[in-house]
Amino acid sequence: MIAIVDYGVGNLFSLKSSLHAIGQETRVTRDLAELDRADHIILPGVGAFGDAVRKLRDTGMFQAVLDQAARGKPILGICLGMQLLFEKSFEYGEHRGLGLIQGEVRDIRTVIPGNLAVPHMGWNGLRFPADRARSPLFAGLEEGEHVYFVHSFAGVGCGAQCIAAAEYGAELTAAVQNGNVCGTQFHPEKSGETGLKILKNFCGWEGRA
Amino acid sequence: MVAKRIIPCLDIKDGRVVKGVNFLNLQDVSNPVKLADYYSRSGADELVFYDITASFEGRKLFTDILTAVASTIFIPLTVGGGINSLEDFERVLACGADKVSVNSGAIQNPDLIDQAARRYGDQCVVLSVDAKRVDGTYHVFLNGGRADTSMDALAWIKEGVDRGAGEVVVNSIDTDGVKGGFDLEMLREVQARVRVPVIASGGAGGVQDFVDLFREIPELSAGLAASIFHFGEVAIPDLKQVLREKGVCVRL
Repeated sequence: MIAIVDYGVGNLFSLKSSLHAIGQETRVTRDLAELDRADHIILPGVGAFGDAVRKLRDTGMFQAVLDQAARGKPILGICLGMQLLFEKSFEYGEHRGLGLIQGEVRDIRTVIPGNLAVPHMGWNGLRFPADRARSPLFAGLEEGEHVYFVHSFAGVGCGAQCIAAAEYGAELTAAVQNGNVCGTQFHPEKSGETGLKILKNFCGWEGRA
Repeated sequence: MVAKRIIPCLDIKDGRVVKGVNFLNLQDVSNPVKLADYYSRSGADELVFYDITASFEGRKLFTDILTAVASTIFIPLTVGGGINSLEDFERVLACGADKVSVNSGAIQNPDLIDQAARRYGDQCVVLSVDAKRVDGTYHVFLNGGRADTSMDALAWIKEGVDRGAGEVVVNSIDTDGVKGGFDLEMLREVQARVRVPVIASGGAGGVQDFVDLFREIPELSAGLAASIFHFGEVAIPDLKQVLREKGVCVRL
């Protein structure tokens, strides 16, 4: 069973539908016992970082996600859910994140040239680091396969924990991984067949790097 | 590089896909769920569903269709038509829409853009503008191009983006349905004024029109069309192949 962390943000319709399409049972939950029982955990998220962290704390999910991560359970953060894994964010102020991935989240305008549209919206090709083994999340994917992004903030400074990048006037962090914890800036649940493949890879992964 | 998006638009009335020529003379085309599935398989990057129903029953049919599409098709879905309040946003987002397009609802109540952007994020709010030349300027039109609001279209688009719209669809009434190419002149003016993604709409008659669009205005994000896709005059895989050969980045 895949647990989708329920902390009161975001529209989970597509995420649930896409997981059902690959034959997975899902539970949208904030129940600690249920998170414990889940084989995999997905941390979704849209909206603003500060607001999301507050809701994570208010629902007890901040600590719950940290606990599950410490037990080695495979965790996937999507979009803002990926950004929440970082140490901190500078979206409207400065906010501390979960700290499961090194680095911080900054306004994309400080990362890319001034003539490019913001948000970074649309299909962009994935680039995998040549100097490291491919993450299990991307098994079976071709270099350059397109996935769907929509974001105005970007994760920076994650070093070797960056497992995929996308080119948009600069190398943007497209996906991160630290042991059993991973995240995608793009939306696999909106990325057609490629996205379903990535979700399938995650659901079949035991959390070892 | 981010790929240029090709977006079929499905106008839906009473549960069926329709498309007018110059917005009038509606013709029945196909079943929306089947058509959406066909487009997704043939490489559409996104789908726009436009609800042109006025009746309560029609609206219910529309949300049923949307739910069916969003349950089986995993590419971004934008919904427009009859979006006048945050409740309307909620209604379509709950059925699986990713983005919501506002047009007349935002003209009547511009604060709707700010409120929706605050609640759902900028990326969720698409400002759709029907614009037409009037005495050397561009005016915003309503009711499918029949009513002139006298508002300056370029100023309105700028205002909408400042209020929080994360994307703009520019539909030229002058070129819509004519199939003589996109309104490059109007699109250039819009593109120069905003930093959010701009989607061109109105006028596509063939593959070459998309090539011209992305070559003439390289910053432009996407091209949207309806009838040329619905009637099979342009097949999306062929279109994308040609675009790639012409050096335009697309998702194949």
